[in-house]
Amino acid sequence: MTFIKDTLAYVWSGWGPAASLLLFAALWEMGHQAYGSFILPSPIEAGQALISMFEDGSGQDAAVLTAQRAIGSFLAAGFLGSILGISAGLSRTAARAMRPVVTVLLGVPPISWIVLALLWFGLGGASAMFTVLVTVLPITFAGAMQGTLTIDRGLEDMARTYRTPFWMMLADVHLPHVLSYLFPAWITALGMAWKITVMAELLSTDDGIGGAMALTRTNLDMAGTLGLILLLLAMLLFVEYAVLEPVKRWMEPWRTPSKSLGGNAPKGF
Amino acid sequence: MLDWQDVSHDFALTTVLEDVNLNARPGKVLCLVGPSGCGKSTLLNMAAGLLDPTEGIVSNGFERTACVFQEHRLLPWRRALDNIGFGLKASGAKARNRRDQAAVLAQRMGLHEQDWTKFPHELSGGMRQRVSLARALAVDPDLLLLDEPFSALDVGLKRDLQGLVTGLIAERGLTAVFVTHDLSEAARLCHEIVVFAPSPGRIVHRHHLSQPHDERDDAFVFQTVAELMAIPEVDAAFRVDERLQTP
Repeated sequence: MTFIKDTLAYVWSGWGPAASLLLFAALWEMGHQAYGSFILPSPIEAGQALISMFEDGSGQDAAVLTAQRAIGSFLAAGFLGSILGISAGLSRTAARAMRPVVTVLLGVPPISWIVLALLWFGLGGASAMFTVLVTVLPITFAGAMQGTLTIDRGLEDMARTYRTPFWMMLADVHLPHVLSYLFPAWITALGMAWKITVMAELLSTDDGIGGAMALTRTNLDMAGTLGLILLLLAMLLFVEYAVLEPVKRWMEPWRTPSKSLGGNAPKGF
Repeated sequence: MLDWQDVSHDFALTTVLEDVNLNARPGKVLCLVGPSGCGKSTLLNMAAGLLDPTEGIVSNGFERTACVFQEHRLLPWRRALDNIGFGLKASGAKARNRRDQAAVLAQRMGLHEQDWTKFPHELSGGMRQRVSLARALAVDPDLLLLDEPFSALDVGLKRDLQGLVTGLIAERGLTAVFVTHDLSEAARLCHEIVVFAPSPGRIVHRHHLSQPHDERDDAFVFQTVAELMAIPEVDAAFRVDERLQTP
């Protein structure tokens, strides 16, 4: 019963953001009326271009391929980065040694990784996936390492006085703390994964949303380009708000603002 | 019996404890009193098994030891009842048993039912400390180690909780070691007061109190504190200004 109530409250809380998005669409429409369809097609034209892509089947193919690349590389980077970050965070020396490496990796622009990937792997999806992996991995690594480094020694001592078994110490004391650092890192990483996948596809492949964008650019098809951007945003918002956010709420209920604290504290998106 | 025999301890190049001999007798409340930095909490950490002394032996013959810390040290991601049941979970108790026992203790501690499912950040300071005390009592300890558990609370709450702890100790026949820097708190709660002086931490005075707890009114507490402060070693131990002026 509580689950249904919470889910309904969560969905209902989407009205506010929906209103903001509609306001944005209205501004877009105003821009379209000022500059015309060639410079800025209207939201309706962009939507129609997107629908026609889905009607001929190219839209689905591009979306599925890009989603596979983005989510696949995100999962790999998320898993590897988290495991390596936690391992590095367990030792202060390792963390100190890894910090400059992470700073360097975070500082390398994704575009230069694409050039390297093209030289190493040639044209194709592998270059896009490699670029995402190598750009996103330091973000999850840094989050996991910071989370592990800041584990509360006071709580650990408390648990030790009760002779807490190893697995319980991990599950009840350490992991919840590390997760509170990992979730924001995962969400940032996911957002970057989509953007970099499309950028890498645009330069290295002729398929996926990036490949389709390269085609619309060649054809000066503004409505098609905007339609593809809409598709990409819709996919990103779906994964973040329909998958990651509910997982976060389920695993970290203590982070959800509670009514007992501020009365009208925001609970939704 | 809990024994500290010839205990000395160093943190890096600083000696924090020197040649301490002390024991906690069953059914009695032992108070370690002294200014900050005299090694009281270090002695308690040794008794809890969190720290080994640089020299000497600490032997704890009690079966189950539980600690209440100055800060509540509740898991921020667990609700009040789950925090109370933490020690029970560590000892392998089943979920339903844990919740039942935790609920009984929560009630005994004066926590309202609507607070049982709250997270620590939703509770007031006094309630958090009650939960922390309930967590320690849940494992049915025979030795309770209390490290300045009321120092962050206001006067009224402190009184309430002192009464609650004294009642629980008497009710369960517990042995307790209580660390505080407040002589009046020690005079209210303990059977034996051991006064420490800092730099390095050492015992300067021992005082036994035979008055039953329910007969210790404010007049008794003030008189005991005055008697203790009249002892030059105790007075010197608490004189911060003079210590700071010593090169």
